[in-house]
Amino acid sequence: MSKGPELRKAGILLFWVVMWQIADWTIDNAIVFVGPWDVARSFFALVPTGAFWLSVGGSLGKISLGFSAAFAFGVVAGGLAYRFGVLREFLAPVILLMKSVPVASFVILALIWAGSKNLATLISFLVVFPVLYVNTIAGLESADKKLLEMAQVFSVGPAGKLRCIFVPSLLPYLISGCRVALGMGWKSGIAAEVIGVPSHTIGEHLYMAKIYLSTADLFAWTLVIILASGFFEKIFLLFLEKGARWCFRFS
Amino acid sequence: MVLPFQLVIRNLSKSYGGLPLWDGLDLTLVSGRAYCLMGASGIGKTTLFRILLGLEKPDEGTICYRPMPKGRLTAVFQEDRLCESFSPLENVSLVVGKAMGREEIARELSCLLPLESVARPVSTLSGGMRRRVAIARSLLAPSCGILMDEPFTGLDEETRRQVIGYVKRKIGGRLLVVATHQEEEVKELGGERILPFM
Repeated sequence: MSKGPELRKAGILLFWVVMWQIADWTIDNAIVFVGPWDVARSFFALVPTGAFWLSVGGSLGKISLGFSAAFAFGVVAGGLAYRFGVLREFLAPVILLMKSVPVASFVILALIWAGSKNLATLISFLVVFPVLYVNTIAGLESADKKLLEMAQVFSVGPAGKLRCIFVPSLLPYLISGCRVALGMGWKSGIAAEVIGVPSHTIGEHLYMAKIYLSTADLFAWTLVIILASGFFEKIFLLFLEKGARWCFRFS
Repeated sequence: MVLPFQLVIRNLSKSYGGLPLWDGLDLTLVSGRAYCLMGASGIGKTTLFRILLGLEKPDEGTICYRPMPKGRLTAVFQEDRLCESFSPLENVSLVVGKAMGREEIARELSCLLPLESVARPVSTLSGGMRRRVAIARSLLAPSCGILMDEPFTGLDEETRRQVIGYVKRKIGGRLLVVATHQEEEVKELGGERILPFM
């Protein structure tokens, strides 16, 4: 296999790391900006500590729970709304509200109603749910009309239609919806933690980094968020794709 | 085994956008026979099939069975309409239900397809192979009759003969209506030419 694309990617990455370091040397102010070396040092100082793993586990668990619940509810509600037009009309104002209300407003309301403990779970749910709901409906609507006519003529049952027509058309929409929603879920979940400052979370450390003007820590925790979000995205999409292919046995 | 029946079409009319496709169509089809529906392109053969399959409603007229047979009409559409990610075996299993086991379906499919292609995704098969899967699907699904819309398009002469032989073996006492432009196919099927749109 050709190593060309990997080498090119590594070259591009190296270029931007060098640019980052040059920017750090140019600015030369550790409060305003830090370079890759300082961030790496800060990151590797965090990793061996128990507080680091407790916070990463806490945020990862809470945001993943919110995302997974939103995925399950979004797919089920989207499926029901596709089947029953009345439900779709009934849910339309709620979905519009969830899509248009700023995350900060939700966070403050959730803090008043439920406190900060499970804030990230609730906020990532509220942000992810409409994306998956809308994508589920779009995926089901993209099912091939000619295949649906075939199923009608041959009296294919609901399970057969689901397996052979709806799931293959839904899956690409779900995967692309999850890619978008995962990023949104993590960003909003962490933003909620920064506002609510619940204990043992990444958001709490970001907030502390701001208070102590520790820009290197801020960058290091941001790196942790990117890594944790990327890890969860890979695992979730792998399970989704393999799981659907195994359950519905198509290649 | 399908008990004999008649499919009676009376005074059927259909128009699109105010333009009549046909008006007052009368036709009686008898089970156990093969009919070849002839006529120029655009004259309404596919529309007639769609109405008979319940996919469209006529503007006027009636369609009735005498007596009402057990089972439904199945079809070979103008397009293959196969589930692309699934194998021919799975495509046929989907419509056959519990009427046949997978081994029996595989054996039937191997009459029309090379054995190694029976379990491959349909998306990897050639146009001619896909056509044969669509034909096999219509014949193996339980039905009282089959409507085939230009089913042999894209098949070479030898394959077409082989497929027509298979259709004749499998049709049993069911009704067969084939829309075609080819006189050769009428002869090979031993079908009765019908020109209802004249």
